[in-house]
Amino acid sequence: MNETALLLARMQFAANITFHILFPTITIALGWILLFFRLRFKATRDAKWEEAYYFWTKVFALTFALGVVSGITMSFQFGTNWPGFMEKVGNIAGPLLGYEVLTAFFLEATFLGVMLFGRGRVSERTHLIATFLVAFGTTMSAFWIIALNSWMQTPVGFEIINGKFHATDWLAIVFNPSFPYRFTHMLIASGLTASFLVAGVSAWQVLKRVDSAATYSALKTGLIAAAILIPIQIFVGDMHGLNTLKHQPAKVAAMEGLWHTEKGAPLVLFGIPDKTTQTNRYAIEVPKLASLILTHELDGELKGLNEFAGKHPPVAPVFWAFRIMVGTGMLMLAVSWLGVLYLRKRTPATMPKPYLILLSLMVFSGWTATVAGWYVTEIGRQPYIVYGEILVAEVVAKHPTGVVGFSFAAYLLLYVGLLIAYIAVVKRLAEKPSRGQALNLPVRADLNRQTRTPLPQAGEGQG
Amino acid sequence: MQFLNTALPLIFMAIMGLAMLAYVILDGYDLGVGMLLPRAANDAEKDLMVASIGPFWDANETWLVLGVGILLIAFPYAHGLILTALYLPVLAMLFGLTLRGVAFDFRMKAGDSKKPFWNQMFVLGSFVAAASQGWMLGSYITSFRTDALTLSFNALIALTVPATYVLLGAGWLIMKTDGDLQTRALGWARLATIPFAVGIAAISVATPLVSEIIFNKWFRLPDFFALLPIPLLSAAAVLALWHVTGRKRIVDAGYGWIVFAATVLVLILATLGLAYSIYPFIVIDRMNVWEAASSTSSLVIIAIGTAITLPAIIGYTIFVYRIFWGKATDLSYGG
Repeated sequence: MNETALLLARMQFAANITFHILFPTITIALGWILLFFRLRFKATRDAKWEEAYYFWTKVFALTFALGVVSGITMSFQFGTNWPGFMEKVGNIAGPLLGYEVLTAFFLEATFLGVMLFGRGRVSERTHLIATFLVAFGTTMSAFWIIALNSWMQTPVGFEIINGKFHATDWLAIVFNPSFPYRFTHMLIASGLTASFLVAGVSAWQVLKRVDSAATYSALKTGLIAAAILIPIQIFVGDMHGLNTLKHQPAKVAAMEGLWHTEKGAPLVLFGIPDKTTQTNRYAIEVPKLASLILTHELDGELKGLNEFAGKHPPVAPVFWAFRIMVGTGMLMLAVSWLGVLYLRKRTPATMPKPYLILLSLMVFSGWTATVAGWYVTEIGRQPYIVYGEILVAEVVAKHPTGVVGFSFAAYLLLYVGLLIAYIAVVKRLAEKPSRGQALNLPVRADLNRQTRTPLPQAGEGQG
Repeated sequence: MQFLNTALPLIFMAIMGLAMLAYVILDGYDLGVGMLLPRAANDAEKDLMVASIGPFWDANETWLVLGVGILLIAFPYAHGLILTALYLPVLAMLFGLTLRGVAFDFRMKAGDSKKPFWNQMFVLGSFVAAASQGWMLGSYITSFRTDALTLSFNALIALTVPATYVLLGAGWLIMKTDGDLQTRALGWARLATIPFAVGIAAISVATPLVSEIIFNKWFRLPDFFALLPIPLLSAAAVLALWHVTGRKRIVDAGYGWIVFAATVLVLILATLGLAYSIYPFIVIDRMNVWEAASSTSSLVIIAIGTAITLPAIIGYTIFVYRIFWGKATDLSYGG
């Protein structure tokens, strides 16, 4: 296995998982937002909630489809490119992935059909339950995947016999030290991504004058959810960072651009990490702040990259990704709180135009922050695949460079094409929201009280 | 413990076989409908054909994830070996499934001018996915040999599987549609029956020839007679297919489901035959199920989960099929 083929395999996996995470990041939380719209409609019988639900279901279905197909691709990547991973840790990774398929994947995939196309065929209650099960399924899916990912970051509860990992404590494996932080961080990230998507698309609709009462309610929902979630996310992110310092100090050193161990380490706001001189060029620093944040002492000692020679991640990508994530988060805080302040005196229709433009520009800001965050944690785990235990280079499949190069190029082309198509279609849906279509729907209040589903007679069509 | 060491890998091999069979039948019919899309008379018919599979395709595809998942979870050593050997066909299949999966939404949402393009991607994706699965099946049965004869055999299977899916898809449309579309679906089923029968026969002949062990298993006495029902029942099912697809009045009398059911019966028998052939191997003549299996304690954990969830999955799958029972109608998010 040469270096180029390994790098190509890593880049291919990175491309696949980056593309994949874009869509679940939206659907995990958008599922709950849709359930919220349904519940509001059920409580108020106001048609605007019905319309908001109807519109966002279209976006949800499209996003879900992209998540499914890219997820199936992911499930094959382990075997095609990283067979050594399952050979070594299959006893631990296997059950976690298995439970994901059994408890989450089937649930969401099966009830999605009822959620999308079942209205009019099932009672409102059954439809509500189907919507709940889809949202629950996507969240469970995240639970198992994050459990596995966190175990790879902070592996516990195992013993190694003849080079193979064996589970000794399943509870410790699932609820490993970094799991609670990473899982919470990811769920809130999803909430923020969906909130800014909903608010951003709605702002665009106001600007394009295709707005309605449903648009305003959706915009408000998105903004208020974002304004509530972002401070919690900053707090959780900070806890997650402290947890990382405890278990993966090399990652934190790379995030902070801390080349040498020091007491009273400064916080590097900006700089260009230079691995040859082991310094940050053009650095703008706040004295002692990194030590204060991470150790809660002005002169606390922070371990530098020099302590982990040959076993620390590449510094520049982790350093930059971290700043992009934090920067986007701060922007989210400012924009969502400003929006909530506006909402006290104005309706979305009368918000200042520059603000609506800003909100539209931030429509995919959740993607930026989420992907940057994942790059911090995943590149930050390098050179290991299971931190401190197995190197990435040990588990890669021995394909010729040309083959991996070909598949990587093919995936990249496909993904760029699909991403352009996705964004174009979301824009098109936003600008042609087919108002009124939802209002023509039978409200089916009668179905409310019915327990039986008005199905076509079973067997009728099977002749 | 000794009992579990022996039994669990076999149980998981059986569950994996069931998941794969469920996948072939379920995603088979929706990929088949996808390949039949160009035969639709007009745009409305295309929409109806897609509507007949719309609520199901996602869950259908999940059986593939379960099948490969069990290979990954229960047989990690075979998983790496098989999937690295099938690198390019897997890539092709994933491309096909991706294009087909996103086309469901894009063809309806990207605008009228782009609809023909996404219809084409729908068809192309369905065919590429089916053909690459056929190629993989061929490679798997022939134990990944790369001589010219084997490759031409793989190519034959690569065309057989799309034909099988078309037959399933046509059988599905016979049940889910009526009128003109149903009549034509009957004709498509008849056309697909020929390559389907040839392909199944080719696989049945080829498998014993690949390995002497498999040959002896089938042709020693008295096993030969005990196994005879498998080919005989298959032949009877194919004859039934031929009979029904030539007679519209049987469909009109309410027996159109026979086309789908007979195809499923052949696939079940073929799976049983294949399972008998390769047992106890997971990679023919190279690795058996016990050599490939995870640790028993991990298998127990998954076995418990599977025993609880699989019946639930089957239960709610049936529930959802019942919701969408009967002839297909245009799909809408509204009701």
